[in-house]
Order: sequence, then C-alpha cells, then structure tokens
Amino acid sequence: MTVSHPTVEAIPRTHDVEVKELDAVTIRFCGDSGDGMQLAGTQFTNVSAIVGNDISTLPDFPAEIRAPAGTLAGVSGFQVHFSSHDIHTPGDQLNTLVAMNPAALKTNLKDLEPGGILIINSDAFTTSDLHKAGYTSNPLEDNSLKGYRVLRIPINTLNREAVAPVKLSPREADRCKNFFALGFVYWLYERPLEPTLRWIREKFSKNPAVLEANTRSLKAGYNYGETVETLPVHYRVPKAHIKPGKYRKITGNEALAIGLVTAASLANKPLVYASYPITPASDILHQLAELKRFGVRTIQAEDEIAAVGMAIGAAFGGALGVTATSGPGICLKSEAIGLAVMTELPVVIIDVQRGGPSTGLPTKTEQADLLQAMFGRNGECPAVVLAPRSPADCFDVALEAVRLAFRFMTPVFVLSDGYIANGAEPWLIPQIDRLPSIAVHHPSSPNGNGHGDVPFLPYKRDERLVRPWALPGTPGLEHRIGGLEKEDITGNVSYDPINHERMVRIRAQKVANVAKEIPELTVEGPPEGDLLVIGWGGTYGTTLTAVQRAQRKGYKVAQAHLRYLNPMPRNTGDVLRRYKKVLVPELNSGQLLLLLRGTYLVDAVGLNKVQGRPFLVSEIEQKIEQML
Amino acid sequence: MSTATSLPTLTAKDLASDQEVRWCPGCGDYSILAQMKKALASLGIPREKFVFISGIGCSSRFPYYMNTYGFHTIHGRAPTFATGLKACRPDLSVWVITGDGDGLSIGGNHLIHAIRRNVDIKIILFNNEIYGLTKGQYSPTSRTGTRTKSSPLGSIENPLRPLSLAIGAEATFVARTVDVDINHLTETLRRAAFHRGSAFVEIYQNCKIFNDGVFDYATDKSIKADNTLYLEHGKPLIFGKDRNKGIRLNGLEPEVVTLGSGITVDDLLIHDERAEEPSLAYLLSRMVYPRFPECMGVFRAVQRPTYDELLNKQIDEAIAKKGRGKLEELFASDDTWVVE
Repeated sequence: MTVSHPTVEAIPRTHDVEVKELDAVTIRFCGDSGDGMQLAGTQFTNVSAIVGNDISTLPDFPAEIRAPAGTLAGVSGFQVHFSSHDIHTPGDQLNTLVAMNPAALKTNLKDLEPGGILIINSDAFTTSDLHKAGYTSNPLEDNSLKGYRVLRIPINTLNREAVAPVKLSPREADRCKNFFALGFVYWLYERPLEPTLRWIREKFSKNPAVLEANTRSLKAGYNYGETVETLPVHYRVPKAHIKPGKYRKITGNEALAIGLVTAASLANKPLVYASYPITPASDILHQLAELKRFGVRTIQAEDEIAAVGMAIGAAFGGALGVTATSGPGICLKSEAIGLAVMTELPVVIIDVQRGGPSTGLPTKTEQADLLQAMFGRNGECPAVVLAPRSPADCFDVALEAVRLAFRFMTPVFVLSDGYIANGAEPWLIPQIDRLPSIAVHHPSSPNGNGHGDVPFLPYKRDERLVRPWALPGTPGLEHRIGGLEKEDITGNVSYDPINHERMVRIRAQKVANVAKEIPELTVEGPPEGDLLVIGWGGTYGTTLTAVQRAQRKGYKVAQAHLRYLNPMPRNTGDVLRRYKKVLVPELNSGQLLLLLRGTYLVDAVGLNKVQGRPFLVSEIEQKIEQML
Repeated sequence: MSTATSLPTLTAKDLASDQEVRWCPGCGDYSILAQMKKALASLGIPREKFVFISGIGCSSRFPYYMNTYGFHTIHGRAPTFATGLKACRPDLSVWVITGDGDGLSIGGNHLIHAIRRNVDIKIILFNNEIYGLTKGQYSPTSRTGTRTKSSPLGSIENPLRPLSLAIGAEATFVARTVDVDINHLTETLRRAAFHRGSAFVEIYQNCKIFNDGVFDYATDKSIKADNTLYLEHGKPLIFGKDRNKGIRLNGLEPEVVTLGSGITVDDLLIHDERAEEPSLAYLLSRMVYPRFPECMGVFRAVQRPTYDELLNKQIDEAIAKKGRGKLEELFASDDTWVVE
C-alpha cells in the first residue's frame, strides 16, 4: 500500500500526547445541511479506507436541499464506523459526535455513548441559534453535557483566522469550516491529510482561492489538535485484517452502476439505461452518464413510465435495457412491467426503496416494496426479484440480475434501499477473468419445422420454457409481440380460455424454473437449532452482527439471508423447518414474513421497524434473547 | 426469399401478415393499411428492417397486420418503446401507430417529448375524433358539443389540434392527409419515411360506427375542393373547385380571399415547408373548417440533428478522445488500496 504521510507544516509539539489503540470507532459528523457534513464524512471514510480500516457508513440527510438554516429540520449527518476487524454495520452507538450547531446537537446527542467525545462548534451557540433549535438554556453552560467529554472549539473564529490570508468574503471563508472540523478529527484519530489535500487540489483546481482556503482550514484543524491541550490522548485504529487483494470504497449506487456496465460488457451488449430523476436512485443515472466510453446510452426520460418503456424497447432491439427508480416510480412503471412479463423480454428494474407510502420519506430507508415487486401488477404476473445485502454486494446482484433476465427472458427486479445506496464499504475489486460469463443467444433462422418454409414461432420454448429472443433486422424472423394474450407457440393473439390458463401457468413455471439454477440457501451458524434469523436486503450486516453476538453467548441461533426473493432457493422450506423458531427482522410491517408463512406454513415471527432508519444491532440482539 | 446479391424487391403483398384483419367493415384503417404497405414497398428498405410499434386502440392493432417486426405495447406509451429501440438500433425504420385518444390523451406527454427530442421515428396518428375500441366516448380531438355516450349533452371541452401541438413541441416534420385520398396518403407516408428525425403525420380517419361522416367536408367529392387546401412547397395557397380562392395574411391573421377584382396570386401566402421559424406552419395548423379550408400535405420539413444520432455521437466522441473504456479502469475509478 502506498499512502504518504500527512504533509502538515512542521510545528514543534508542545506536549506529549498519549496514543491509545482502539479496535473500532463510530463517529458522526452533523451540522446544518449547508455545513458540508456529507463531504466531511465522505472524506473521513475515504481516508479510513485508504489506511486499511474496514468501514461502513450511514449518511442521513433531509429531503429539502436547504431547509431553513439552524433548524432541526435542516440537520444533516454522516456516520462512519471504522475498525481493525471485519464489520457489517455503520455502528449502533457513537463514540464521537461532531456537532456544528445547536440543532445538530439536539437531534444527535441521544446516540452518543455515555462518556463519548463531543466536539462542539461553540461559536454556533448564540442565542438565536439556540432558539432555532428549541433550547431554552445553553447546553454548554447548564451542565446538561456533563456525562460526555466535551471539546468546545470556536470553529468559526479559528477557521476565519486560518483563511484570513486568502481574500474571501466572510461567507466564503465560513464555508471552509467543515475542513477545519475534519482536520481536527484527523488529528484525533491519526489519519493522514494527504488524500483529502489531493482531493481539494483536484476539486478546486480552477479556483485557487478556495483551494488555498480549504487547504489552510484542514491543516489548521489538524494543528489545533496537535498544539492545544484539548485532550490528553488521541487514538489509533489499526489496519483491519481482511481478505488480501485490491480494494476501493464503494456505495450501493456506484456498485449497481459499475455492475450494470460490467454485465453489459460480459454479455457483449450495449447498455441502455433510461430513468427519471428520483431520490435515492438518481446517482446511478449520474454515474452511468459519465461512462459513455463504455458504450453506455443513458436517457433521462420524461417520466417514470417513459423510462421503463425505453428500457423495454431497447430490450426488444437486443440491448441490455435497464431502468431504476424508487417506490413511487415503480407504481408508475407497473403496467409496462406487466407488458415485459407478457412479451417475455429481458429487462432489469432497480428499486432503490425509500420510506413510503406515497412520497413518504424520500431520503430515508425502508424495505416496504417487496410485495409491490412480487405482486404489484394486474393479472398473474410473476417476475424474478433479487435484493443486494450490502453496498458492495450490489455489484454481484447487478451481474446476477442481468444473467437471469437474459437466460430466462424475464423482467428482474433489484430491490436496493436508501441505506445500501448511499452507504459505503470497501469492495474487493474482482479479477476480470474470474467474472462469470453471460451468454446470450439470438436465433437467425426460423424454428418451425426446419424446412425453412414454416414461419418463425416466437413463443416456441426450450426445455426451461424460455422463448427465443429474435431481433428486429433478422431476415425471415419477422413477428409481432404485444400485451394481448398470446397463443402458445405461435404467439398469435388468442382469447381461448384454455390457452390463457396454459399461458398463465407457463409464465409462472418459467420463473419458478430459475430456482433450479441458483444456489441453495446457506446458514451462518448451526445447521439446526433453537432459532433461525432470516432476512433480506440491507438488514444483512446488522442481523449477522446480532446473531454472532448471540452465538458467542452460547445461543443455538443461525442466520440465513435471502438474496433471491422470487423464486426463493429450492431448499428454503427445509432450512426453515430445521429450527424451533424463526425470526424475520424487516424494515417494514412484515412482508417477507407474510411470504414465508404463506409459502412454507412456518410459524415465523417478525421484528419490524418502520422509522426510516436501519436496525441497530442491539434491537435484533434483544429480540433474539427474548425469543430464547 | 431474397438473394444475397440483389436488393429485395418488396411488393405490398409481402408486407401483409397472415392474421385476419378485424377492423369494422368500412373503417378508414383499411385504406391506411393498404397505402402503408404500398408506400413501404417502394422505399427500397428490406422488410426485416421495419418495426411497427403501437399503443392501445383500434389503430394500434395495426402492427399485427403487417408482416414486419411489430410491438403492440400499452396505452399511450408507444413513443417510449420506439425511443428505446431507436437509441440502440439506428439501423431500423421505426414507425409508431397511434390514435387521438392514445397519442393525445393518455400518451400526450410521450408524444410531445419524442417529437421534442427529434428521435428518428415516424409517428402516424389516426384521428377519428372518437374513442372506438371502448365503444364511442368523446376524445381530445372531438369538437365541442359532440354528443357521445360520455357526453350526452354535448362535449364541453376544447379540442386539441394535433399539428399545432406537434409544432409547439418543436417538430421537424409535420403533415396531414386523409384516409380516402389514397395517392396523397401514400405520398405523405413516403415523405415521412424519407425525413430524418421525428415525422408526425395526422390522418383524418373515418370511424364508420361511432363518428361516421365527421370528415365529409374534407372527403366528399362535391365539396372537398372548397374545404381543403393542398399544400405545395414554394406555391401560393390556392384552393376551391374553381381554383379561385386563396389565403392572404392580414396582419397576423390569415383570411380567405377570392382572386380577381384587384386581388392577384401575388397577394397570397407562399407555402414554405422549410422555413426555420414554425410560425406560418402553426398558423396553417390553426385553420379550421368551416371558417377556413383545412390544409393537407407537408406543413413543415426541416433538418435538425436527431436524438439517436447525437446520443451515439457523444459515445463515439468520448471513445475517440479517451479510448474505449476498460473494466479494469472502471473498477479502479476511485482511490484504491492493497491489503497484503
């Protein structure tokens, strides 16, 4: 690993500070949504990843771009969990909280552990700011923070002094204060400055004044920690012992974008990605729009319906057609997805789930679209449904979604969520030659009777019940598809009642056949026992951590996680029946629970949370102990 | 069967599918289907390169009757499927078949955006001013006062003018024709086929069952010459059985004038389908019977880069500038580190 050491100006140490080694730390940066806390958090994450820690992040920001400054509604936070061992969650309780104003303190203090480090921008605790946050007395003076190690730093003042040599307006100068705070935290946790300095140089190369100011702020924050006796100690979190290889940091949305491009490349197909801007899925569009050199065609559609129509139209033409959205967009796309089921065209539909119903909580996470993906269309309308379990897993799931769509000529849902989409973790970069191949076949001659004079039969199926993907432009295979019921084999319009029932069963069986080609469900822990905790999607890391803790306490508990929701792995029923009790934690009111109980007749119970936030490890742990 | 050495010569018959045509007897759609086959056969494009994409409604059954590639999609959304297809398959000749309900009511949004983008697709709107397949409700083009099952006391809504809407949406090709004028219909479809970009064609189409005779003023041989005006590029706007009437501009208003008694051909508007500004084309699209003759032919035909062309050009340029993307560099597009 080549990471250069911090290039701070040499300042003689005025005192010796103890360095204490920690196994893992959870820190949250929070402030007004204009304070640059997402940026500070992201930079801290990058540097922690580069120095070799395992990381997991949880950004938390309001739906409004700029809610009124200083109010509780405008607070934006970014949580980073970094450690010297393998971690799967962004952390339950905070060890350190950075609060840039009273509103941030008020909304976040409850998550700080007793005795935790509280870094406060004391300049922001004016009467008016306190009032906006609803404080009747100043918490810096009323002794209410006595259970924490409070570091009051006049960040506004110190930052202005640091950037004074650069000619900036007071407003511009204040905008650098997130870098001052970040610099201080870098000192506190012994992080190098260089990666962030490099980022500043690249980002502001065309604005030398801002470049200089941010550089000064960052260094000043670091030096402040080093010079001033704020704490008698600072901390070191050693490198994590994780699987050898080349890594990068990745968010779920990045991993989906990269996964789709990779899948298109493996299948030798152009990627046509059509979508309408929607939180929290828009970043996939932004990522892909930058990747024109990879032959990616992005279309910003006029609405959600147009986006899925374009993806299906591209699939009809032989491309990899993909659309992504969040729950409200899926509602609009449902009719077109039904058409893709009826015409049996391969298309990938990504749903980055957020709090619902309706507009709901656009920037908060939830898992409440599972039943919508399963059943939210008219008629008997089965589609394949997959769900990634973590940001990096989005890459693998994107590949699998494309593979299954092509192989089974079916729409495939990918159910991500806001937590996975914006959260980040290290990604072990795969070796290109070890990636699975994605085979695609297009017929070039009629499939009638082999004599060439029988027309092409677009609904004649192979042994897996998959119909041929014949492309426009192929001579002799001219055919028509559409949303009206099709006659078996010929694909002609048919209103015959017996044919309709046959076709309904064929479409269902084709999707069910996917189960023959996917891995069996595995468990973490004892193969049989007292309790199985089974989940899907973004709850994986939290559940795993909770189950591992319970196992260490001696409980006979195991975890299973469903990446394939439809169809489920063929041994799912067997696995469920090997445990005395089954617990299903979900960020909804019990959707997988309903499917498992209905499909496998097991008396599973749910642990359900619908607060727009992920589970805490402790919540699942408590439920496990309560059940045993 | 075609041979490898010569271009296939298509006949209209080659373009007929084996499916029984199920429109009502006397429906204007039969004529459009026949002229479409004739027009397509004359283009020198191989049959497998044609794709017909439709929405829902009587007109949208069209693809089933053409022995080409076809996609009968969902209500109002045909332009979106056509846009996705054309984005990755610029080699295909893509035709959207829609109606006044499909294209202007439920699908109005997609229609204007496909036109605005100038996707290289041909959009043929069968306007019969009624909902046929749902058995006779008024449509967005029905005239105010039209009595139907859903408007027993007469429609209280203002009708849309399809061509005005298309021009307002920055259309590069706009034309109108009528189902029974078979030569003009064929020629108009050919003109649309040769246009590079979104071509929008409105066809007056008679619904024998629910709105019979609504276009008689434009089709009845005894009166149509006085009620329609056939546009020709570079020619003055003259019409009438005796070819003695014309359209003159009075300020910003068109007016019907009679030639003679001091008014000559030189006073009349000259049709310029290639005008950069669409104002005059828009004005022509607003001329409505009985106050005016209704114009037939090509209102506007200008060249602009097409969406599919620009989409692919950005990709080609990005590759030319920095080389084709490699997965290795994509994976490492952020800071990386190595764990030993």
